[in-house]
Amino acid sequence: MAVRSLNCKECGAGYELGAAFFCETCFGPLEVAYDNSGMDAEEAKRKIQAGSRGIWRYSDFLPFEGERPGDPLEPGLTPLVRADRLAERLGMGEVWIKNDAANPTHSFKDRVVAVAVAKAKELGFETVACASTGNLANAVAAHAAAAGLSSYVFVPADLEEQKLLATGIYGTNLVGIRGNYDDVNRLCTELSAERPWAFVNVNLRPYYAEGSKTLAYETIEQLGWQIPDRIVGPIASGSMFTKLGRGITEWLELGLVEGELPTFCGAQAEGCSPVATAFADGTSVCKPQRPDTIAKSLAIGDPADGPYALDLARSTGGSIESVTDDEITAGIRLLAETTGIFTETAGGVTMGVLEKLARRGDIDSDERVVVYITGEGLKTLDAARESFRMHEIDPTLADFEREFAAEVVA
Amino acid sequence: MSITVKIPAQLRTATGGEGELEVEGSTVGEALDAVFDQHDGLRERITQDGDLRRFVNVYVDGEDIRFQDGLETSVNDGDEVTILPAVAGGE
Repeated sequence: MAVRSLNCKECGAGYELGAAFFCETCFGPLEVAYDNSGMDAEEAKRKIQAGSRGIWRYSDFLPFEGERPGDPLEPGLTPLVRADRLAERLGMGEVWIKNDAANPTHSFKDRVVAVAVAKAKELGFETVACASTGNLANAVAAHAAAAGLSSYVFVPADLEEQKLLATGIYGTNLVGIRGNYDDVNRLCTELSAERPWAFVNVNLRPYYAEGSKTLAYETIEQLGWQIPDRIVGPIASGSMFTKLGRGITEWLELGLVEGELPTFCGAQAEGCSPVATAFADGTSVCKPQRPDTIAKSLAIGDPADGPYALDLARSTGGSIESVTDDEITAGIRLLAETTGIFTETAGGVTMGVLEKLARRGDIDSDERVVVYITGEGLKTLDAARESFRMHEIDPTLADFEREFAAEVVA
Repeated sequence: MSITVKIPAQLRTATGGEGELEVEGSTVGEALDAVFDQHDGLRERITQDGDLRRFVNVYVDGEDIRFQDGLETSVNDGDEVTILPAVAGGE
């Protein structure tokens, strides 16, 4: 697919393929447009299957001209595992876990950042930057290091320590802001006009967002070129959620896969649920909130793609739900116990919503459901702290027998 | 009362290149109207049917006016009103 222009999602105005992110006429978000004419579906599939072992196998559907050069931190082709014991626990038919913690910096952010950093280089930038709740910070710092670019990473100063440590180590300029993510985002939007930098999720946002489509492509390929019946995924800004829909729509339109869009179910934490609240209220406007949740990677109180996430959930017969902090912790535990996958709080949110949908009877037993786990449990260790008890004993057989007496008899 | 209104770089073609405008007004709405009186091209880009467009954010001294009284939010002498695109960010 040849990349053509940036187009406004609201009014359709077209712009050149530069570092631009909003429409100068109506302020709407810009999105990358492609020219699909002349693409042969079977040839495109063959090319994908002969491609690299990561997201660059989908180069024809990403905003570049020509092939991508080798990428030492190429993300993607993360495991899609069938979770039968999870399905059984929840009384469901067929559940798959897309474990996107299995990326170079342990979250789905490697996908969007790999695309944005490659585009930054193509556009001639020497410095990349971002506003982040943590996972993006890790990814930008790492991919900038791999690409030999300097970087500035802006985060709320009260972020989980693991996420700060896993950012600073790459030699980035780590800037902790005394405020929440929305404050960080506002500052970065202002800075993007003052500094000649590529802010991956501000002035390079249209390209960055395209990276999330690879999650949809991989799912289809890993299911043997089939589309799942239902998708359950987290919503922070709503960008990844909507791009899952866009990726599937593109392949449907181009004939790479047959079927229809899945039912889209979005997951938010109750302590930061502007999109779930708008869904419940039946409106298309997300009233901003001040986040208060353990799911810090989803703590965006003013979600840029909220209206589009609402459209997608409503048009596919899905929903957007929220869960409490206790349900998030239980969700982390549920996934770990039934699949051996340890996810961060965002994954706990997604699991909590999956459980809610299943218990409510929203999911038919013949549905094939794919659940998107976007981050790694080691980054939010506090959430695991109270969820189990360690047996502490003296190094004697007698003490061991005493401690486990009840269980041995059972 | 003198209010400073900051215009995003991408809209400065409509202000003849000016990034900061000094206007009078006691609410955000009044201050913006004063800006539109000086540069009529901005009115249509920032507002629709008398309200802010849905992808426009406005802040008074860094505080989103949707957490206050919207366009009715009062402003005081020396306050800074910032207009920014809402589509940035995302995790």
